[in-house]
This record gives sequence, C-alpha cells and structure tokens, in this order.
Amino acid sequence: MTANGWLQFAVFSLVLLATVRPVGIYLACVLEGERTWLDPVLRPLERLIYKLAGVNAEKEMNWREYAFAILGFSAVSLVVTYAIERLQAYLPFNPQHLANVGPDLAWNTAASFTTNTNWQSYTPESTMSYLTEMAGLATHNFFSAAVGIVVAVALIRGIKRTTSATIGNFWVDTTRTMLYILAPACVIYALLLVAQGVPQNLHAYTVAHTLEQPGQAQTIGEGPVASQEAIKMLGTNGGGFFNANSAHPYENPTPFSNFLEMLSIFIIPAGLTYTLGRMTGSPGHGWAVFGAMFVLFAAGFAVAYWAESQPYNAIHGAAQTGSATAPAGNMEGKEVRFGISDSTLFATITTDASCGAVNSMHDSFTPLGGMIPLANIMLGEVVFGGVGSGLYGMLIFVVLSVFIAGLMVGRTPEYLGKKIESYDVKMAMLYTLIFTLIVLVFAAVFVLLPNVGLSSLNNPGPHGFSEILYAFTSGAGNNGSAFAGLNANTWWYNVALGWDMLIGRLLMMIPVIALAGNLAQKKSVPPSPGTFPVNTTLFAVLLVGVVLIVGALTFFPALSLGPVLEHLLLKSGQLF
Amino acid sequence: MHSTAMLETGETVARKERTGSPAVHSVWKTSIRYTLVTTLLLGLGYPLLLTGIAEFVFPHRANGSLILRNGQVIGSELIAQSFTSDRYFHPRPSAAGNGYDATSSGGSNLAQSNAKLAQRIQGDIDKLEKENPGKPVPIDMVTTSGSGLDPDITPDNAYFQAPRVARARGLSEAVVRSLIEKHTEQRTLGLLGEPRVNVLELNLDLDNLSK
Repeated sequence: MTANGWLQFAVFSLVLLATVRPVGIYLACVLEGERTWLDPVLRPLERLIYKLAGVNAEKEMNWREYAFAILGFSAVSLVVTYAIERLQAYLPFNPQHLANVGPDLAWNTAASFTTNTNWQSYTPESTMSYLTEMAGLATHNFFSAAVGIVVAVALIRGIKRTTSATIGNFWVDTTRTMLYILAPACVIYALLLVAQGVPQNLHAYTVAHTLEQPGQAQTIGEGPVASQEAIKMLGTNGGGFFNANSAHPYENPTPFSNFLEMLSIFIIPAGLTYTLGRMTGSPGHGWAVFGAMFVLFAAGFAVAYWAESQPYNAIHGAAQTGSATAPAGNMEGKEVRFGISDSTLFATITTDASCGAVNSMHDSFTPLGGMIPLANIMLGEVVFGGVGSGLYGMLIFVVLSVFIAGLMVGRTPEYLGKKIESYDVKMAMLYTLIFTLIVLVFAAVFVLLPNVGLSSLNNPGPHGFSEILYAFTSGAGNNGSAFAGLNANTWWYNVALGWDMLIGRLLMMIPVIALAGNLAQKKSVPPSPGTFPVNTTLFAVLLVGVVLIVGALTFFPALSLGPVLEHLLLKSGQLF
Repeated sequence: MHSTAMLETGETVARKERTGSPAVHSVWKTSIRYTLVTTLLLGLGYPLLLTGIAEFVFPHRANGSLILRNGQVIGSELIAQSFTSDRYFHPRPSAAGNGYDATSSGGSNLAQSNAKLAQRIQGDIDKLEKENPGKPVPIDMVTTSGSGLDPDITPDNAYFQAPRVARARGLSEAVVRSLIEKHTEQRTLGLLGEPRVNVLELNLDLDNLSK
C-alpha cells in the first residue's frame, strides 16, 4: 500500500461527496416533475414520446399497475433484444459479418441486459454486431437504469405520501429519467471518453501490420464504444463492449478515464440518498444513509487494497516489494496504468454498486482480495448500490433496522411518520430471502453436478467453488462481474443464470413496489418520544450492523468454504 | 401535473381501488410502442449522433488512435502488440487469445492457489534472471494484464530490459535509458494512476534512433 494509493481514495471520496447535493437536487426536480433548465429542448421531445407510445401522462398508477408496467416493458424489450441477437447476420451495422447468436446465449444475454446485470458469457468483440450492441444492449443500459431509479423513487413517494392510492406514473418517471438525466449526461460523458482515447466509429476492425513482423497482421476490434461505455457506467450496467471490459485500453485508456468511470458508477446512487432526504423532508436521514454506505465502502476498499498489496509467496526472484516506479503486490490480471490501488478501488466500487464493470480480473485476485467483491454483492449491493436498486435495497434494510429497534423498546416501529407493520416487514423479508434462496440453491446444485457445473471451472480447489458461487451471486445481485475463468457459455449455465438474473431483479422488485404502495396509503403519525430517530449517527451504526449481520448470517458458511479456506491453504503453501 | 404528491380523499381512493385492476391489454400495447420509440431514439439516434460528433471533433481518437508509418497502419498506441526480438522492448505477457489478439481480449483468470499460475510465473522469472543476473524481476514482466492488450510496462520493467536492447542494437545503455526517461508518463496531475512507459511508442523511437 502506498500513500498515493490512499490519497487517490481520499480524493475520489471528496469529489463524490461534492456531487451528492447537486445531483440529488437535480434528480428530485426531474422526478417531482418540476421544470429543469433542459425543458426548452427536451419538453417537446418528452411530449412526442408520450404521443407516439400512447402514454397518458396525467394518469397516476397504483402499485399493481406500476408493477405490471415494469413487467410489460421488461418482457417486450427483452424479446426485442433476443430477436436482434438471433437475426443480427441479416441486419445492418455488422461490418465483421458476425453470425446470428445461438438461442441459449441470446436468451442469457437478453435476460442479463434487461435486468441491469450485464453478465456476459461471450466475447463481445467476436460475437455481437454493432447493431446488437447499440440497439439491443445499450438500449437496455438506459432502460434498466431508469427502471431501477423509478422504483426507488416510487418507494420514496410511498414513504412521503399519506392516504394515497397511487405512487406515480411508470412511463412518465422512466421517460423523464432517461431524457433529463441519463441521455444528456451520457452525451457529454461519452465525448470526454472519446477525448481520452475511447473509439466511436462504425467501420470494420482495423488490420495493422505490426512493427516487428509486418507480415503478422493484428486485427484490432473497434466500434461505437464510447456511446455505450458512458451509459454502461452511469447506469451501473457494466456490460463491456470488449471481453476485458474496463481493463481494455479502448474502454478505459487513461487514469483520468478510470477516475471518471469510477465516479460515474457512484454518482447517481450517492445522489439518490440526498434525493431521499429532500423528498421526505428529512435531509438528516439522507445523510445518515449516505454515512452508513460510506463506512461500508471504505472498509471494503481497505481490506481489498491491503490484500492485493501482499506479495505472492509461491514464487521467488521477483521484485514484489514495490518502488516509486513499480507497484507492490498482485499484478496478475491488472493493468500497469491502474496498478494495485486503482484496480482494487474499481473492484470495490463496481461491486458495492450493481455495476459489474471490471478494470482488473477478479478471478486472479488474492483469496481475500477477491472475497471483497463477492461479499459486497452478497450484502445486497446496498453500498450506494445500483442506480435506484441500491437505494431501495438499503431502504429494505432501513425497514428491518427500525423494526429491530422497535422490538428492542417494545413499540410499533415507525419510519418517517409511517407505522411499520406486519405487511411491510413481510415484504422486506421476502426481498432478502429471495436473494439468499436463489444464490445458495443454484450454487449448491451446480457444485453437485460434475458434468454440468464443475466441467466449466478454470481453477481447481476452493477457488473453483468460489467461481460458481460468484457467478450465481453476481447474477442474482444483477452485478455482472465474474470470476471470469468460469466458462459460463454452456447451455446449463446460460439458462440457469438467465433465470437467476430475472428472479433476482423482477421478483425482488415486486415486494419493493408492494411496500411502496402499502406505505403510500397509510396515515402519517406524528413523532413521539418513543420514535426511533433515523437521522442520527446511532441509526447509521445500527443500519451498518443490520446489513453486516444479515449478510454474514446468510453467506458466511459459503464464504468460509471458498475464499477463506483458499486463503488459509495458500498461506500454508498448498497449491492446487 | 404528474408525480406530485396529491392528497386524495377517501372517495377517490375507493374508486381507484375498484377500477384499479390493471388493464392488461393496454399495458402490452403501451409497452410495445414505448419500446420501439425509445429503441429508435436511444439505440440508434444517440450512438449515431455521437459517432458524428466524435468523428468531427476527435477523428484520431474516435478511430482508435492508430499509428501510421509510410501510409500503413502499424498498430494503435493504446493496444499492445507482440515483440519478441532482443532489439525491441517487450510488452507484458498476454492472455488475449493466443497472445495480443485484439479481437479476444482478456486475462488468464488463474488464481494464486492454482499451481499453473505459480509454475508459469516462476518459469518466466527463471528465464529473465539469466538476461539480467542478480536483479529481481519486476512483477509486471511476469504477470498477464487484465486485457492482454496492456500497452504499458512499468519504468522498472523498461530499465530491466535496457541492457539487452542496448546490446542488440549496439547502442550505449545511457542512450537507451534516456529514451525510457523521455517516454515515461507520470501520474496524471501527479495523483491518478501509476507511472508507465508505452512500449510501441518507445520501440518506434528506438527505430528512429537507429536509422
């Protein structure tokens, strides 16, 4: 570990902190339907979309209608993406003449992008045409990000409204999110990325005649990368234009582009904590949630950075202690321009959020260094989290926290003026249990099937178990990062992970919307001396505790069979 | 208009509850139309607009930062390519395809507990030690990068290779070392990233020097 590494973490954190308030206010303005400075340009376009799509923008929806709209939109857009993949060879923007995608992979990928996961069983630069990337996949980067944000906002409305049957209009919320937040930010962001060296073109791959052996051609994959990279990060999607994702120099060419990419993962989720405080009229609560998230973020980074800075004891004769001009620690799977600190910071951020982009290969991390990304996803990606999904995931833990606090003093728990009753806690428990169930059941089944599960492993021993565990955790958590040695492009993995992702997204979203609907129709009760305040440090500490306890109780046995066991064996000199 | 919190009377709540069962037919119709409209806008309009702007404002970058010599593309400044002769600096080992395959980027994904990784690294160290006896081998020389296309090596790596390159070209080591110094890129703003040397650019300059 170096002073510079910690300084980079500090500067990143300060810049993030500076964005929270302005971003949070802007998000609230857009989602409350207030005027923004983009209105003169975008308002006519917004109206046109409603007209063409037949949306009645004036009509509010109850939670069932809201949920049905999400399911309808997800189903239709999933089918469109599946169709584009299956037919890409006959469609335009395919200069490399890539073949149609097979049915199981097309299903997996369509499910993956619809659910904001962006798990990729394939090598994009040799599988997906430019049209598939632009109209099949990058569109979902917008759609799924917007859906996540609007569900979080629907939940905030549920907390805020009293005796209301409705929680907003899904089509209006989604349109405004994409039009006023995601799209304009992406245009600017993508151009910044191009300036750093990210390509943006539509021509066939370049054939270079290399310097040492001009006879040996190097074919260089390119394409409309920057436009996709921007929404990939800002929408916490994480699906790479290239197989190496943000480790690829064309996706992430410089330390500055890397800084932008890390910041853009967190900027909306962090801003949403302020939106929460502002919309519910309790700014202190927003900051308490932010504080709890930040503590978990810093702790994850500290452990991962420390672990990756340790020398590799199985080799000798290499310089592993570091110098002013060379990093100390584990450089397998990491890029020189990022070194150890930027690689571990990126890995922490991408799994705190449900992004899943990687700028280094998590599979080659040290056992404990690789456990941090895995554990971050297992905690529910509530450390800032995915756009929207991070906040509503954390609000589930908030409900559990006030419930536990209520149990301690023997009173009906309240949350910002709403009584938290049996139905609400049931929905919160459903949310946490669905995740646990699909991760552990799928992983257990695949570990037990030698020809289906184990034949895809890249690494033997406990690390192999971690590869399978990571895959289903990443899928259910809609993260999309991987211990990428696992060959997941098989019929069984493609189909199982497809369901893993869909259940982990849509089935977990429904309890959240139901909770929003139930909270919205309640009356507000004034705070009493027995009310547990949710804007204090004590509350933030309790929240962190609940997140860690639920995560640990659920996943510690699995982690001890994977990374923990691998660490202990490696320490004692055992290789596999 | 929309999405503002409205206090509704008990009567309106009751009415909405009665008629509130979702009209399934209209959800499908809206979903289909909405998906088509937004796919055209964000799936074609947005990337094509950006391609147009990028080609106009940053043509070199938008087209992959390619390096031309005598009108022929020899590579990209951002993408590693294979160098094996003693006359050139070597990039880091690559796990992309069969090595430096820019249509199949990726890392080895080998775990530290995998004996294959330890054997590969140790084998490479033992070979390199002969080249520069007594000096510990920089760790980035024997580890594959995440992309397999890492265009950079650490300055330590470059200095480790300097004696070999100088010998092969009949140059003094000092000349080669000063060239490395010239091509060493420091941290951005003295803060971000790590110091590094771009291998292809360094090798191109070496060729210019030898002419």
